[in-house]
Amino acid sequence: MNTAPLGWRTERDAPGRVKVLEIECPWCGARDQDEFQYGGEAHIVRPTSPEDLSDAQWADYLFNRANTKGPHAEQWCHGAGCRRWFNVVRDTVSYAILAIYRTGDRPPGQNP
Amino acid sequence: MKKSRYSIFSLARNALSYHQDWSAAWRSPEPATAYDVIVVGGGGHGLATAYYLAAEHQVGRIAVLEKGWIGGGNTGRNTTIVRSNYLWDEAAHLYEKSLQLWEGLSQELNFNVMFSQRGVMNLGHTLQDMRDIYRRSNANRLNGIDSEILTPEQIKSKVPQMNVSASARYPVLGASFQPRGGVARHDAVAWGFARAADARGVDIIQNCEVTGILRENGAVRGVETTRGTIGAGKVAVVVAGHASVLGDMAGMRLPVESHPLQALVSEPLKPVLDTVVMSNAVHGYVSQSDKGELVIGAGIDAYTGYGQRGSYSIIEGNVAAIVELFPIFSRVRMLRQWGGIVDVCPDACPIISRTPVEGLYFNCGWGTGGFKATPGSGWVFAHTVANDSPHALNAAFDIERFTTGALIDEHGAAGVAH
Repeated sequence: MNTAPLGWRTERDAPGRVKVLEIECPWCGARDQDEFQYGGEAHIVRPTSPEDLSDAQWADYLFNRANTKGPHAEQWCHGAGCRRWFNVVRDTVSYAILAIYRTGDRPPGQNP
Repeated sequence: MKKSRYSIFSLARNALSYHQDWSAAWRSPEPATAYDVIVVGGGGHGLATAYYLAAEHQVGRIAVLEKGWIGGGNTGRNTTIVRSNYLWDEAAHLYEKSLQLWEGLSQELNFNVMFSQRGVMNLGHTLQDMRDIYRRSNANRLNGIDSEILTPEQIKSKVPQMNVSASARYPVLGASFQPRGGVARHDAVAWGFARAADARGVDIIQNCEVTGILRENGAVRGVETTRGTIGAGKVAVVVAGHASVLGDMAGMRLPVESHPLQALVSEPLKPVLDTVVMSNAVHGYVSQSDKGELVIGAGIDAYTGYGQRGSYSIIEGNVAAIVELFPIFSRVRMLRQWGGIVDVCPDACPIISRTPVEGLYFNCGWGTGGFKATPGSGWVFAHTVANDSPHALNAAFDIERFTTGALIDEHGAAGVAH
């Protein structure tokens, strides 16, 4: 986050404003999105025995994506900070961040 | 439906009545209960598909369903660059077909699409850039596509405002140049295809969002819309960024991710740039519109999004690169900035394909470079839909390529890194 004082009051200071992709790193706190790298859809499990899959099943794992319009579980890495990966549920229309949780956990509200 | 032709005479005739009596360029009909073919998506590609279905394949009753207004999506949000300098044969032939259609489009549609072949320059900033440029340029020439290699001196003589000095942050080592490339007027393309399709009986239905795809025994039966159920023998989906949403309705997963892609225009200036300059390496491309605005395109955001806006950091990096290339633009004020949602395939090539559902066709995945393909995309997609089999030009762009592995990797020629 830019810590230089702003010369004038901007919309940025308006109370209650939805911040455009400021991400709350579970370890470092809220930082601007450009400190982070996007890692694509979360919870894609690599098949344990690829040799047993058909070409279509392998293609589905490799290329096909949910590309959800709405709440989307995805991976982010805090590359310019702690360099750790974590998961985010983000609304892909409003870009509002709905949940942040650790890699390996299920999205909040979903049973393992 | 007889329509009066646009000409210098019709212009003069209408001047006599102070231009109050021009007839509407297309009708706004109520949807019928059923059509032979429904095209979902009233952008340039969808309207072109409908036009070529009516003009070249005589398929009977055709409707174009558009959620908002025609040409209001990526057709109205791109940077209007047209070129065909793609690396691989499959892509080069497809985009070259499109470029050839562009060259006669204003005459064919009787609508001035303002296609201006002012040339497109792709800059190289590193030794590897230049190797790739030589390779792509040679491949283009083997495919009969015009391509030249420019030295920094030749670039300087064409575009004197560009900083090609060796001490520049992104030194310009050379460029490929396609003289037949250029720009077109984006809205006019949608309007021209709409008017010409309407004249051949196509129903263009705006404010009609498709909410479901009706299927029966593995074949498509019609669509649910916000204006009721409409039956159809065939459904052709051309919805760019929303391809996955429509895919969901048909129970299909697609190898497509939707990303925001941004662009911006400046205040109008006197003529200062008479060609198109693109730089893949620094993520910037710029041309000057006929109104005088600099039209600047940025890169995509890495994250997926449907919000038709992107991150400020992308614009910041983009503008920094443009100003570095063109120091003269450093105090130009930007008027508007916007985002469109581009559907990107893993190999940066489109899907123009039949689907496992009989009578359902998808044309998507054009990513960051769909505008140039508007007429060609419509042309091959109309063939695919009408004959239930692809044209030779789009056979390689079947969705099956992601299963067979026969990808067409065009990241290098795609213009925008993703």
